[in-house]
Amino acid sequence: MNIDSIRNGVVLDHIKAGKSMEIYYNLKLNELDCSVAIIQNARSMRMGKKDIIKIDTPMEPNLDVLGYLDANITVNIIRDGVLIEKKHPEPPKKLINVVRCRNPRCITVTEEQLDAIFLLNASGAYRCAYCDTAIDRKG
Amino acid sequence: MPRHLIDITDLSVQEIDKLITTADDIEKNPEKYRDICKYKQLATLFFEPSTRTRLSFESAMLSLGGKVLGFASADSSSAMKGETVGDTIRTVSCYADIIAMRHPKEGAPYAASQVAEIPVINAGDGGHHHPTQTLTDLFTIYREKGRLNGYTIGFCGDLKFGRTVHSLINALSRYPDIKYVLISPLELKLPRYVKETAFKSRGIAYAQTTDLESVIPGLDILYMTRVQRERFFNEEDYIRLKDSYILTPQKLADAKTDLSVLHPLPRVNEIAVTVDKDPRAAYWRQVKHGKYIRMALILFLLDMI
Repeated sequence: MNIDSIRNGVVLDHIKAGKSMEIYYNLKLNELDCSVAIIQNARSMRMGKKDIIKIDTPMEPNLDVLGYLDANITVNIIRDGVLIEKKHPEPPKKLINVVRCRNPRCITVTEEQLDAIFLLNASGAYRCAYCDTAIDRKG
Repeated sequence: MPRHLIDITDLSVQEIDKLITTADDIEKNPEKYRDICKYKQLATLFFEPSTRTRLSFESAMLSLGGKVLGFASADSSSAMKGETVGDTIRTVSCYADIIAMRHPKEGAPYAASQVAEIPVINAGDGGHHHPTQTLTDLFTIYREKGRLNGYTIGFCGDLKFGRTVHSLINALSRYPDIKYVLISPLELKLPRYVKETAFKSRGIAYAQTTDLESVIPGLDILYMTRVQRERFFNEEDYIRLKDSYILTPQKLADAKTDLSVLHPLPRVNEIAVTVDKDPRAAYWRQVKHGKYIRMALILFLLDMI
């Protein structure tokens, strides 16, 4: 399968197989007016199989979103056909407006205009800053 | 930025010590403090009803010479018209110097603290936090034992859903040389996440049992909570267990003479009224201590001590 290489844009590599659509929507790539290629189950020496997303326009993906969803992703920045930078997102200490709290008793469920804030704790879990409910991260 | 109290862990051990020292001094020398907040106003914003906590805050501010305004239920606030917590708080920030707030939604006081220009005290947010109850418990322990470390404390009843138990255990885990005995039905054991945060992360040992009578002789403090019928999946289990955790003079017969029995109140039937006359029943003294520690907290957050 051939997909054109990009001259100016971003390649998200080493995405855990099956995660690309979640990343696509969380980065709001569906709102971009450019070519976006999603490659699923590509062969990978390191991972066995992986997903890749190629975005054919210069942009700054939200590293907090990527760090939360899959901290093993590599962000490749391409300019004039040349790889100029590789970034490795880290799980952010504070996650703002990426996910909403699922606790029906949480104030953010009633008052949707409030920022949804989750804080990373020592055991690696994200807990709601308002009600302390942990995000259920199945999968 | 004003200082708030949303969760008991917002306060360091040193700050809690300062509050306790101040509360102790207030109790012994109330005249020193009776005009200290003469031109200050406390807003008590109670979006759900409360007897003890609201009156305790109001009594605390009045005893400091300050004034009180507010509402006692959401029905009498603009929340009924759909006003957000943030807008209510911004408005009240223009009228008062400090806010004590109770709300049925978890995290509402935290949301308030994000926009408030004056200190916000969490006076209870649903089943989540109730830090001034924890301060009350800590001050009571201090008054009963003369210290916050070096004793055996038993927690009895509903340890699964009891927020006052979780909060007090978290606060006490920062003090050394305390032995913990957890007494509850198997269905209402202390949740694992509380054990991990308070005990395992600090290497603190604890004992667990379902039998109050077998452990009561070794306790210096007994913190009672209510076993609630609605927490059980079937009536049979409730009926089987409910009487095991009712404190009676007979069960106290084997306890130490200087045991202190605490309870966050209100009680239903978990402590027999005949226990009230026993000098070891500290729960009415605990109510009184709640006022003094809230007085100290108001002074602390207003930067007056």
